[in-house]
Amino acid sequence: MSLAASDFSPLAASARSRAQAPRVSAVVSRSMAEDAGTPGRVVVVMAVFALLYGLIALRLIDLGMSDETSSSGYIGAQQAILAARPDLVDRNGELLATDIKAPSVYAEPRKIVDVDEAIDKLSSVLPELGSDAMRKRLESDAGFIWLKREITPLQREAIHRLGIPGIGFLTENRRFYPGGPTAGHIVGIANVDEQGIAGLEKYLDGQGIADLQHFGFATDQALKPVRLSMDLRVQHVVRDELSKAMERYKAIASVGIVLDVHTGEVMAMSSLPDYDPNDPGEALKPENLNRATAGVYEMGSVFKSFSIAMALDSGKVTLDSKYDATKPIRIGGFTIHDFHGTRRVLTVPEIFVHSSNIGTAKMTLDVGIDQQEKFFKRIGLLDKVDTELPEVAAPLLPRKWSEITAMTASYGHGISVSPMQTAVAGVALINGGMLIEPTFFPRTATEAAKGAKRVISKRVSDMMRYLFRLNAVEGSGRNARVAGYMVGGKTGTADKVVDGRYAHDRRRNSFLAAFPMDDPQYLVLVVLDEPKPEEGKYYATAGMNAAPTVSKIIARIAPMLGVVPHMSEDSDTTLVSY
Amino acid sequence: MASRVDRSAFSEWLWTVDHLLLAGFVALMLGGVVLSFAGSPPVAERLGLEPYFFVKRQALYLFPALAVMLGASMLTPRMVRRAALVIFALGLVALVLVLFTGVEVKGARRWIDILGFSIQPSEFIKPAFVILIAFLLSEAGKRPEVPGRLFSILLFVMVAALFIAQPDFGQTMLLLMVWAALFFMAGLSWVWIGALGLLGVASLGSAYMLLPHVTARINRFINPGSGDTYQVDTALEAIVQGGWLGRGPGEGTVKRILPDSHTDFIFAVAAEEFGIIMCIVLLSVFAFVVLRGLTHARREPDPFVRLATAGLMVMFGIQSAINMAVNLNMMPAKGMTLPFISYGGSSMLAVALAMGFVLALTRKRPRPSRTAPVVVRRVARVPIDPVK
Repeated sequence: MSLAASDFSPLAASARSRAQAPRVSAVVSRSMAEDAGTPGRVVVVMAVFALLYGLIALRLIDLGMSDETSSSGYIGAQQAILAARPDLVDRNGELLATDIKAPSVYAEPRKIVDVDEAIDKLSSVLPELGSDAMRKRLESDAGFIWLKREITPLQREAIHRLGIPGIGFLTENRRFYPGGPTAGHIVGIANVDEQGIAGLEKYLDGQGIADLQHFGFATDQALKPVRLSMDLRVQHVVRDELSKAMERYKAIASVGIVLDVHTGEVMAMSSLPDYDPNDPGEALKPENLNRATAGVYEMGSVFKSFSIAMALDSGKVTLDSKYDATKPIRIGGFTIHDFHGTRRVLTVPEIFVHSSNIGTAKMTLDVGIDQQEKFFKRIGLLDKVDTELPEVAAPLLPRKWSEITAMTASYGHGISVSPMQTAVAGVALINGGMLIEPTFFPRTATEAAKGAKRVISKRVSDMMRYLFRLNAVEGSGRNARVAGYMVGGKTGTADKVVDGRYAHDRRRNSFLAAFPMDDPQYLVLVVLDEPKPEEGKYYATAGMNAAPTVSKIIARIAPMLGVVPHMSEDSDTTLVSY
Repeated sequence: MASRVDRSAFSEWLWTVDHLLLAGFVALMLGGVVLSFAGSPPVAERLGLEPYFFVKRQALYLFPALAVMLGASMLTPRMVRRAALVIFALGLVALVLVLFTGVEVKGARRWIDILGFSIQPSEFIKPAFVILIAFLLSEAGKRPEVPGRLFSILLFVMVAALFIAQPDFGQTMLLLMVWAALFFMAGLSWVWIGALGLLGVASLGSAYMLLPHVTARINRFINPGSGDTYQVDTALEAIVQGGWLGRGPGEGTVKRILPDSHTDFIFAVAAEEFGIIMCIVLLSVFAFVVLRGLTHARREPDPFVRLATAGLMVMFGIQSAINMAVNLNMMPAKGMTLPFISYGGSSMLAVALAMGFVLALTRKRPRPSRTAPVVVRRVARVPIDPVK
């Protein structure tokens, strides 16, 4: 017997092969029964962990797939600085508006270590950044904020030297207007984000610049300069003469418009007081309103031109028709007087030259008030004038077209239109009878003719030229004459409405003129608001201030515009034939 | 390389330890230092320390942590049990002391100064607790006369009470979950599981009803508009901004405004700078380590070793999963460190100790086969050759 004792101990059994185990399963201990379940329980736990980690991984992948919204402020900023606008130039290529590179300073508040230090240092260069509001913004957890847009290179350098962490610069395009206020009302304003907010800048946004910017195509290279119809030299002269006139006649505001009578192009348009588009805050002041298109006024006797053209075109009235102006008209409690009272029977040219309210009113009644309303409508005086400028006001019309309103409207009272509207209608009177929509962009006469609408016959237009010229030779427009340029025009002196009543000491004077009257090329309209009599003179009628201002403008711009003067004959006294 | 013939203690260890598990732990430790470059400089700046203060500290902790892990991994299961007992006893004393002498931080006493070191006893008592519970439950399984389950319940109540006294609800929850997992794996009958599950739901419910800050946190998670979800929102934003590949080391910005960017929210910071792909890699390492450790446990025939290994891995796994889930806004905010990655000396050493124990318990060793004792009914008749 060589049986080892150890063979009987439980431990020794382990030495035996597992193959023996099944044979003895009958004696499996209790502990085995319990243990048999537990490795399975560990598998359950493993499954739970696999599930947990799997979910976390899925969540991570989900986050990875989500849009990288990054900090939206920065993206917006990137778009803003990428934006560019085309240069604006006048008809001769002179620069009116351009983009220049300007640094802008921004902060990433998350990266700023010490807000107090940052604010202290920043305000040493830009004191306006020292405010509590700015402190709050810097203490926020925003990813990106602008501190100041469009600073100067010197300021940039100074801030850079401060070495504040979390402060950086982006170079962006800034709009610059080299001409300053000269053409401010035409060109308008683009804001710091290069979006047009006024004038033609705003118009261009509507024409697709904004879309280009949005899609990122509005880069500096891609944009061709945009040419305007305006002539910067003419514009300068008009503005210069207006400001001189305002000083001389102590007027509070003025408007000057020069139109090409064949193309409807706006050669110049100035409204004083105006503003410098480089300082956009100025544009918001109410007195800096663009009066030429966004203001409507009673134009006064200038309207007699339209009334007489209407009467002549109706065929019921000829230049030889006569009207009794001996007595004022009394109607419905109103009395219509003549300012330059003649107290006799007047022919049509005499009515025009003497600016007879009575004569014009009677003539209008003669033709018919429906006829008058239709004509005013046809010549564009009853609707908003359609130009590229966004700043356009609609005319103020009489509520009901009655006899009395028709009579006052015939000499320009009780109806308010914009100066631009008056000028456009005036063009139709002298260019052969075609109403042309005005434009601020270049246009040829042929293009203009396509869109033009006949409003009076060529013959009536010729008569009107005769009347305008006549008025400048022997009427109220004598002061508008310029040697060699055959100026003709009509004055308008309208009492201003103050507190609902006509004030006789405050007036708005205008002069609607064109030159040369034998073959009109350009129309000039000047409006002076509340001019005072010059020293030593008693009157401040349009003939005393608006007419000479037109004369000065024409004397300077006619050579620029290439209008040939006729000095050989005594052109200033020769009447045109009709 | 030590030869297999070499029977020295080192070569024995080298050939028996689970290399892949060891590699996983070391990778996590090193990863923690790399990620601390992202997460900790802003915190150091906020505290007025030099930027790399915490990075250096974390790198320095690597050495004692590695030493503790490797040292623990050399133990035998029996020595592990003893070590756990000693640590548990010391830990209990420290946990009581901390209530009286502890430094109060953010309204809780969790830290104690020992020999100039600031130590968090609750971190160290966790692995010891797991091992003792595993021992008690395995003994209860082996010898029904031992009231192991009752003892383990008492042990849990004792430790949990000390944790709540600090107060530290996060650790208490973790302790409860590990304890429940151990009971489950020890083969608790489904009746008991059901009962305990109900108890758990009831206690969560009562915590929600009775503890205002628990109420607030859960409300915030369910309805983000109802309160300040600043930390979680910021963490999420950081991850989204990082994208797949991250913004690059040092390029993160959100870490500057996350208060716990070096501890509880290190995962989000890592995501912003190193990207979601790196996070998935990190997640995979955690998953690998946990599943491999549990696989060892499943195969382990000895109940104590199985339960102890599984318990330690469950603790490690729950901690990592909760931390990542909170970072990803998948569950209500709960202060929980990411093992090996989050900054913290006590946490690092305690995790190293726990994983050292795991390495020790999962070493290959000549096992007594768990076959039943063979009862020899008859002595074989050996023909006896008569010596003639």
